[in-house]
Amino acid sequence: MSPAFRPEHADIASDMWSQIDEIIAANRFVKGSVISVLRQCQDVVGYLPVELMEYIAGGMNLARSDVYGVASFYALFSFEPKGRHTVKVCTGTACYVKGIKEVISRICNEYDLEEGGTSPDMRFTLEPVRCLGACGLAPVMVVNSDTHGDVTSDKVVDILHTYD
Amino acid sequence: MERFTVEALQTARQEAAVVLENPDVTHLMVCGGTGCHATGSIAVIDRLREEVAARDLADKVRVVETGCNGFCAAGPIMVVHPGDIFYQRLKTDDIPDIIEEHILKGQPVKKHFYKDPVSKKTIPVQNDIPFFAHQMPRALRNKGLIDPESIDDYIARDGYRGTAKALLEMSPDEIIEEVKASGLRGRGGAGFPAGMKWQFAKASPGDVKFVLCNADEGDPGAFMDRSILEADPHAVLEGMIIAARAINAHQGYVYARTEYPLAIRRLGIAIEQASERGLIGDDILGTGFNFHVEIYQGAGAFVCGEETALMRSIEGRRGMPRPRPPFPAHKGLWEKPTILNNVETLANVAQIILNGGAWYASVGTETSKGTKVFALSGDVNNIGLVEVPMGASLRQMIYDVGGGIPRKRKFKAVQLGGPSGGCVPEEYLDTPVDYEEIAKVGAIMGSGGAIVMDENTCMVDMARFFMDFIQDESCGKCTPCREGTRRQLELLIKICDGHGEPQDLDELERLSAVIKETALCGLGQTGPNPVLSTLRYFRDEYEAHIHAKQCPAKRCVALLKFEVNVDLCTRCGMCARACPVDAIEWEKKQLARIDKEKCIECLTCYDKCKFDAID
Repeated sequence: MSPAFRPEHADIASDMWSQIDEIIAANRFVKGSVISVLRQCQDVVGYLPVELMEYIAGGMNLARSDVYGVASFYALFSFEPKGRHTVKVCTGTACYVKGIKEVISRICNEYDLEEGGTSPDMRFTLEPVRCLGACGLAPVMVVNSDTHGDVTSDKVVDILHTYD
Repeated sequence: MERFTVEALQTARQEAAVVLENPDVTHLMVCGGTGCHATGSIAVIDRLREEVAARDLADKVRVVETGCNGFCAAGPIMVVHPGDIFYQRLKTDDIPDIIEEHILKGQPVKKHFYKDPVSKKTIPVQNDIPFFAHQMPRALRNKGLIDPESIDDYIARDGYRGTAKALLEMSPDEIIEEVKASGLRGRGGAGFPAGMKWQFAKASPGDVKFVLCNADEGDPGAFMDRSILEADPHAVLEGMIIAARAINAHQGYVYARTEYPLAIRRLGIAIEQASERGLIGDDILGTGFNFHVEIYQGAGAFVCGEETALMRSIEGRRGMPRPRPPFPAHKGLWEKPTILNNVETLANVAQIILNGGAWYASVGTETSKGTKVFALSGDVNNIGLVEVPMGASLRQMIYDVGGGIPRKRKFKAVQLGGPSGGCVPEEYLDTPVDYEEIAKVGAIMGSGGAIVMDENTCMVDMARFFMDFIQDESCGKCTPCREGTRRQLELLIKICDGHGEPQDLDELERLSAVIKETALCGLGQTGPNPVLSTLRYFRDEYEAHIHAKQCPAKRCVALLKFEVNVDLCTRCGMCARACPVDAIEWEKKQLARIDKEKCIECLTCYDKCKFDAID
């Protein structure tokens, strides 16, 4: 594959572009691989800027609308940059029964953000997620890759304070 | 790595069994499921290995990280064999003591035993604990007994014998007959007979066919499939190989939720190990039969648990369902004949082949055979994974296995089947676990989520919660589901916010009927169930919200006053201590008072007050 024209983007450094090219090259002829390509590219950049999706569409020989259609369908994909720490709060039934709603409103109040949003200082992104299947620990919060169980509205801020 | 023939598999089984069952070796089985990982089991395992090495016990002690033990509420968990001694809530600092006393001196350490919340007795042996004693492990037969990352452990426990029997001794028709005789029905929720499904796919013409495993366990409050994949991934693979042989497929996919990284990792290891041994891939066990398996990760869309949507997703498209027929058995993935079975269904298959369909069907009711795994959670003492025989009552599951309701509160309902299901109130708790019987009381068997709710749960709020979920996860393809669920959600929010009007209940019922009748796929057709079942059993709560503008369970913030009830307050100060923002003024023996300026309406005080004294 000849190196395609790489658009300028503040969040995508040139080594990231090289990784993206490798991902596309490895999947170009694999049927149905666009979801996997989007996932891997998002892992590289952190989110999916429009320029990146257009670039993927070109590389995979797909319509831009197809790529955007897939990316916008699945909750995994984000079109916005994220904070330094991703806080996933489980909104499954067990966590709901045990008070995750109160935990979420406490986080929103404390760090001035909304569900799905990022705090103004880019410290936290709050993502309500579907059941994490760790109902024995309800209510559950995952910060980056650390799982915290039995999170209550009074404990949550103490936990988050340890993430700078 | 040596590729297995049948003889080699048998020898390997005998050799591996010697290791696993050696009475001179103490096995420390530490739970390495997602739940116990989060409470610190990895550090416990590391410490155990350090201590074992430091004391030069490597020949006598084997530390095993198992899959999910099931008793998630008591983690981190360790079970010591021989003896079946159960330790709970372990910390790394507890380890030297346990090694010293139990392993070296033979004196189990009482302080970490399980304590029954009802009888207050300590119970040392795992199988004496009511949570385990009332269960019947079949799909979960290996949980806690093997290292899920070791194919040798699995082989020691009769692993791949079912595959060998199916491939060498049985014709595809015989396999299908055996599965039909077992009465095994789809464990994903719909309960379609697995053998029938296979028969249809086998009868479909075509050289290219697919076997899919649905591990897109999306129901909130359900973690059966995650636990099976974490504890016994080879059992699921065996089910797929046998299914593939039955319909003559050569390619399989496991569609797994991206939210389950540990399950995906262990399944990946299992596929790699099975491939190295010639149990997956070309010429399996030297029989000439080929079957390859790949994992396909979902990307966060509940609707992809629906079969046609799941297939779209594997094809790399938006995961939207399509009308059936044609059914996947005729036209599925890439328009080829395809079968899709749930993780738990597949985990039963090898046992059925090995022990016979009659053996499997010997347990259960007239129409529901075998066992069912439930994820018991919510307001129940023993949260965890339970497998009960079909025909056991919900009461047995919640009280005998689950240990009842904590904090001396009253049981209100158990929600079965997640957002597609319904709730079962106290008066129907003696309903047996059976596809038809559960449907009669307005719920569904579902995939196995069982969320227990106590008296402090608002049922209108629960209906709103599920409708919010369905509305958000509706793919938008068909109008009844896209628009109807949104209208229903608006009505429920309106009622919870105190603006409900009497005719809203009729409107909810009317919308429910239309959506059930006309939605394209299972998500929409079952979406109104939580509304209908709460209306059926808890209509009085809806009416209290609408007429009296009150939330009897005190969960709907808009209907609460955030004032201390002068008559009921015992002046204990629990609320003031619990308040996260110091919005409650209280001094010893004085009435508490809530400062509404500071209050963030988090409901912590409502939860902490034992006297229902906050209005």
